[in-house]
Amino acid sequence: MTPQSCVKIREEWDIVSARQLGREMAKKLRFSTVDQARITTAVSELARNIYLYAEEGQICFEVLETADHKGLSVSATDTGPGITDISQVMQDGFTTSGGLGAGLPGVKRLMDEFDIQSEVGQGTQINTVKWIR
Amino acid sequence: MSIPILKLYNYLLISIQTEIDDKTAIQFQEDLLDKIHKTGATGVVIDLTSVDIIDSFIAKVLGDVITMSDLMGAKVVLTGIQPAVAMTLIDLGIHLQNVATALDLEQGLIKLYQELRV
Repeated sequence: MTPQSCVKIREEWDIVSARQLGREMAKKLRFSTVDQARITTAVSELARNIYLYAEEGQICFEVLETADHKGLSVSATDTGPGITDISQVMQDGFTTSGGLGAGLPGVKRLMDEFDIQSEVGQGTQINTVKWIR
Repeated sequence: MSIPILKLYNYLLISIQTEIDDKTAIQFQEDLLDKIHKTGATGVVIDLTSVDIIDSFIAKVLGDVITMSDLMGAKVVLTGIQPAVAMTLIDLGIHLQNVATALDLEQGLIKLYQELRV
Protein backbone atom coordinates (compact mmCIF):
# COMPACT_ATOMS: atom_id res chain seq x y z
CA MET A 1 0.00 0.00 0.00
CA THR A 2 1.14 3.51 -0.75
CA PRO A 3 0.37 6.42 1.49
CA GLN A 4 -2.40 8.85 0.62
CA SER A 5 -1.67 12.27 -0.81
CA CYS A 6 -4.25 14.88 0.00
CA VAL A 7 -5.04 18.43 -1.05
CA LYS A 8 -7.04 20.63 1.27
CA ILE A 9 -9.80 22.61 -0.47
CA ARG A 10 -10.37 26.01 1.11
CA GLU A 11 -10.10 28.53 -1.67
CA GLU A 12 -10.73 28.61 -5.35
CA TRP A 13 -7.10 28.13 -6.36
CA ASP A 14 -7.02 24.82 -4.41
CA ILE A 15 -9.27 23.38 -7.15
CA VAL A 16 -6.38 23.90 -9.58
CA SER A 17 -3.85 22.38 -7.14
CA ALA A 18 -6.06 19.31 -6.68
CA ARG A 19 -6.45 18.73 -10.37
CA GLN A 20 -2.74 19.23 -11.00
CA LEU A 21 -1.91 16.58 -8.41
CA GLY A 22 -4.59 14.32 -9.94
CA ARG A 23 -3.09 14.67 -13.39
CA GLU A 24 0.43 14.11 -12.10
CA MET A 25 -0.58 10.88 -10.35
CA ALA A 26 -2.58 9.65 -13.36
CA LYS A 27 0.41 10.33 -15.59
CA LYS A 28 2.79 8.53 -13.24
CA LEU A 29 0.51 5.48 -13.25
CA ARG A 30 0.56 5.57 -17.06
CA PHE A 31 -3.14 6.03 -17.62
CA SER A 32 -4.04 6.76 -21.27
CA THR A 33 -4.26 10.44 -22.26
CA VAL A 34 -8.05 10.24 -22.31
CA ASP A 35 -8.22 8.61 -18.88
CA GLN A 36 -5.80 11.25 -17.53
CA ALA A 37 -8.24 13.91 -18.75
CA ARG A 38 -11.18 11.98 -17.24
CA ILE A 39 -9.49 11.72 -13.84
CA THR A 40 -8.37 15.36 -13.87
CA THR A 41 -11.88 16.51 -14.80
CA ALA A 42 -13.48 14.34 -12.10
CA VAL A 43 -11.08 15.81 -9.51
CA SER A 44 -11.97 19.30 -10.66
CA GLU A 45 -15.71 18.63 -10.30
CA LEU A 46 -15.28 17.06 -6.84
CA ALA A 47 -13.04 19.88 -5.62
CA ARG A 48 -15.40 22.53 -6.94
CA ASN A 49 -18.33 20.91 -5.13
CA ILE A 50 -16.41 21.13 -1.86
CA TYR A 51 -15.51 24.77 -2.52
CA LEU A 52 -19.07 25.74 -3.52
CA TYR A 53 -21.14 23.82 -1.02
CA ALA A 54 -19.01 22.82 1.94
CA GLU A 55 -16.35 25.55 1.99
CA GLU A 56 -13.79 23.19 3.44
CA GLY A 57 -12.73 19.64 2.79
CA GLN A 58 -10.09 17.59 1.08
CA ILE A 59 -9.37 15.49 -1.97
CA CYS A 60 -7.19 12.42 -1.40
CA PHE A 61 -5.45 10.17 -3.87
CA GLU A 62 -4.26 6.63 -3.33
CA VAL A 63 -2.66 4.13 -5.67
CA LEU A 64 -4.54 0.82 -5.58
CA GLU A 65 -2.89 -2.48 -6.43
CA THR A 66 -4.60 -5.83 -6.53
CA ALA A 67 -3.24 -9.09 -7.98
CA ASP A 68 -4.11 -8.14 -11.53
CA HIS A 69 -5.34 -4.58 -11.35
CA LYS A 70 -3.82 -1.22 -10.77
CA GLY A 71 -5.81 1.92 -10.26
CA LEU A 72 -6.18 5.30 -8.65
CA SER A 73 -8.63 6.07 -5.90
CA VAL A 74 -9.88 9.63 -5.62
CA SER A 75 -11.91 10.54 -2.58
CA ALA A 76 -13.57 13.78 -1.55
CA THR A 77 -14.41 14.42 2.08
CA ASP A 78 -16.03 17.46 3.60
CA THR A 79 -17.74 18.49 6.80
CA GLY A 80 -20.27 20.67 5.02
CA PRO A 81 -24.06 20.75 5.24
CA GLY A 82 -24.51 17.28 3.70
CA ILE A 83 -26.97 16.32 0.99
CA THR A 84 -30.64 15.77 1.81
CA ASP A 85 -31.62 13.92 -1.34
CA ILE A 86 -28.77 12.02 -2.99
CA SER A 87 -30.89 10.75 -5.90
CA GLN A 88 -31.64 14.38 -6.76
CA VAL A 89 -27.97 15.45 -6.97
CA MET A 90 -27.23 12.41 -9.14
CA GLN A 91 -29.68 13.64 -11.80
CA ASP A 92 -28.25 15.31 -14.87
CA GLY A 93 -29.03 18.99 -14.88
CA PHE A 94 -29.88 19.36 -11.19
CA THR A 95 -28.11 22.36 -9.65
CA THR A 96 -28.57 24.78 -6.81
CA SER A 97 -25.65 27.00 -7.79
CA GLY A 98 -26.62 28.03 -11.31
CA GLY A 99 -24.09 25.65 -12.84
CA LEU A 100 -24.76 23.05 -15.50
CA GLY A 101 -25.69 20.33 -13.01
CA ALA A 102 -23.20 18.05 -14.73
CA GLY A 103 -20.89 17.57 -11.73
CA LEU A 104 -21.73 14.43 -9.78
CA PRO A 105 -23.48 12.39 -12.50
CA GLY A 106 -20.54 13.42 -14.71
CA VAL A 107 -17.97 12.19 -12.17
CA LYS A 108 -19.84 8.87 -11.99
CA ARG A 109 -19.51 8.46 -15.77
CA LEU A 110 -15.88 9.59 -15.84
CA MET A 111 -14.74 7.11 -13.17
CA ASP A 112 -15.17 3.30 -12.94
CA GLU A 113 -16.41 3.11 -9.37
CA PHE A 114 -18.44 5.71 -7.51
CA ASP A 115 -19.83 5.71 -4.01
CA ILE A 116 -21.42 8.59 -2.13
CA GLN A 117 -22.38 8.87 1.49
CA SER A 118 -23.78 11.94 3.09
CA GLU A 119 -25.34 12.89 6.36
CA VAL A 120 -27.18 16.17 6.81
CA GLY A 121 -25.25 18.42 9.17
CA GLN A 122 -22.24 16.06 9.19
CA GLY A 123 -20.78 16.17 5.71
CA THR A 124 -20.27 14.19 2.55
CA GLN A 125 -17.83 11.47 1.54
CA ILE A 126 -17.41 10.45 -2.09
CA ASN A 127 -15.13 7.58 -3.08
CA THR A 128 -14.23 6.93 -6.70
CA VAL A 129 -11.77 4.64 -8.48
CA LYS A 130 -10.38 4.51 -11.99
CA TRP A 131 -8.70 1.27 -13.05
CA ILE A 132 -5.94 1.08 -15.63
CA ARG A 133 -7.16 -0.77 -18.69
CA MET B 1 -3.62 36.32 -14.58
CA SER B 2 -5.43 37.47 -17.69
CA ILE B 3 -5.75 35.87 -21.11
CA PRO B 4 -4.44 38.05 -23.97
CA ILE B 5 -6.92 39.00 -26.71
CA LEU B 6 -5.41 39.97 -30.07
CA LYS B 7 -7.13 42.03 -32.74
CA LEU B 8 -6.69 41.09 -36.39
CA TYR B 9 -8.75 43.19 -38.84
CA ASN B 10 -12.37 42.55 -37.83
CA TYR B 11 -11.51 39.55 -35.73
CA LEU B 12 -10.36 38.87 -32.22
CA LEU B 13 -8.00 35.96 -31.62
CA ILE B 14 -7.53 34.23 -28.31
CA SER B 15 -5.26 31.32 -27.60
CA ILE B 16 -5.69 29.93 -24.11
CA GLN B 17 -2.25 28.79 -22.99
CA THR B 18 -2.52 28.62 -19.23
CA GLU B 19 -4.31 26.39 -16.76
CA ILE B 20 -7.66 28.16 -16.36
CA ASP B 21 -8.95 28.73 -12.86
CA ASP B 22 -12.44 30.03 -12.20
CA LYS B 23 -11.38 33.64 -11.67
CA THR B 24 -9.36 33.76 -14.88
CA ALA B 25 -12.34 32.33 -16.77
CA ILE B 26 -14.76 34.96 -15.43
CA GLN B 27 -12.21 37.72 -16.05
CA PHE B 28 -11.79 36.51 -19.62
CA GLN B 29 -15.55 36.66 -20.13
CA GLU B 30 -15.60 40.33 -19.14
CA ASP B 31 -12.43 41.21 -21.07
CA LEU B 32 -13.72 39.65 -24.29
CA LEU B 33 -17.10 41.43 -24.19
CA ASP B 34 -15.33 44.67 -23.41
CA LYS B 35 -12.95 44.20 -26.34
CA ILE B 36 -15.82 43.35 -28.73
CA HIS B 37 -17.52 46.55 -27.63
CA LYS B 38 -14.39 48.67 -28.04
CA THR B 39 -13.20 47.27 -31.38
CA GLY B 40 -16.53 46.44 -33.03
CA ALA B 41 -15.13 43.04 -33.94
CA THR B 42 -17.57 40.79 -35.79
CA GLY B 43 -15.77 37.49 -35.36
CA VAL B 44 -13.89 35.77 -32.54
CA VAL B 45 -11.73 32.65 -32.56
CA ILE B 46 -10.98 31.01 -29.23
CA ASP B 47 -8.23 28.45 -29.71
CA LEU B 48 -8.14 25.64 -27.14
CA THR B 49 -5.21 23.63 -28.54
CA SER B 50 -3.23 23.93 -25.30
CA VAL B 51 -6.16 23.27 -22.99
CA ASP B 52 -6.04 19.76 -21.60
CA ILE B 53 -9.11 19.87 -19.39
CA ILE B 54 -12.51 21.53 -19.60
CA ASP B 55 -14.73 20.86 -16.61
CA SER B 56 -18.39 21.79 -16.25
CA PHE B 57 -17.61 25.26 -14.90
CA ILE B 58 -15.23 26.22 -17.70
CA ALA B 59 -17.69 24.75 -20.21
CA LYS B 60 -20.46 26.92 -18.78
CA VAL B 61 -18.30 30.04 -18.92
CA LEU B 62 -17.32 29.31 -22.53
CA GLY B 63 -20.92 28.56 -23.54
CA ASP B 64 -22.11 31.74 -21.85
CA VAL B 65 -19.47 33.97 -23.42
CA ILE B 66 -20.40 32.62 -26.86
CA THR B 67 -24.08 33.50 -26.27
CA MET B 68 -23.15 36.91 -24.86
CA SER B 69 -20.89 37.70 -27.83
CA ASP B 70 -23.66 36.62 -30.15
CA LEU B 71 -26.03 39.07 -28.46
CA MET B 72 -23.48 41.79 -29.15
CA GLY B 73 -23.22 40.79 -32.79
CA ALA B 74 -19.95 38.87 -32.81
CA LYS B 75 -19.71 35.27 -33.93
CA VAL B 76 -17.43 32.95 -31.94
CA VAL B 77 -15.69 29.84 -33.24
CA LEU B 78 -13.94 27.40 -30.88
CA THR B 79 -10.91 25.70 -32.38
CA GLY B 80 -8.39 23.01 -31.51
CA ILE B 81 -10.40 21.03 -28.94
CA GLN B 82 -8.22 18.00 -28.10
CA PRO B 83 -9.64 14.48 -28.55
CA ALA B 84 -9.39 13.75 -24.81
CA VAL B 85 -11.22 16.98 -23.99
CA ALA B 86 -14.01 16.21 -26.49
CA MET B 87 -14.48 12.73 -24.98
CA THR B 88 -14.48 14.06 -21.42
CA LEU B 89 -17.06 16.73 -22.25
CA ILE B 90 -19.45 14.09 -23.61
CA ASP B 91 -18.90 11.94 -20.47
CA LEU B 92 -19.87 14.99 -18.44
CA GLY B 93 -23.04 15.30 -20.51
CA ILE B 94 -21.97 18.62 -22.02
CA HIS B 95 -22.72 18.84 -25.73
CA LEU B 96 -22.02 22.53 -26.51
CA GLN B 97 -24.72 22.43 -29.18
CA ASN B 98 -25.10 25.37 -31.53
CA VAL B 99 -21.44 26.25 -30.96
CA ALA B 100 -19.35 26.75 -34.08
CA THR B 101 -16.11 24.76 -33.99
CA ALA B 102 -13.19 24.11 -36.29
CA LEU B 103 -10.16 21.86 -36.27
CA ASP B 104 -7.57 24.62 -35.90
CA LEU B 105 -7.06 28.39 -35.97
CA GLU B 106 -6.71 28.46 -39.76
CA GLN B 107 -9.97 26.56 -40.31
CA GLY B 108 -11.65 28.74 -37.70
CA LEU B 109 -10.69 31.91 -39.55
CA ILE B 110 -11.90 30.42 -42.84
CA LYS B 111 -15.21 29.55 -41.21
CA LEU B 112 -15.65 33.10 -39.88
CA TYR B 113 -14.65 34.62 -43.20
CA GLN B 114 -17.19 32.51 -45.08
CA GLU B 115 -20.01 33.25 -42.65
CA LEU B 116 -19.39 36.96 -42.21
CA ARG B 117 -18.66 37.85 -45.84
CA VAL B 118 -22.29 38.28 -46.77
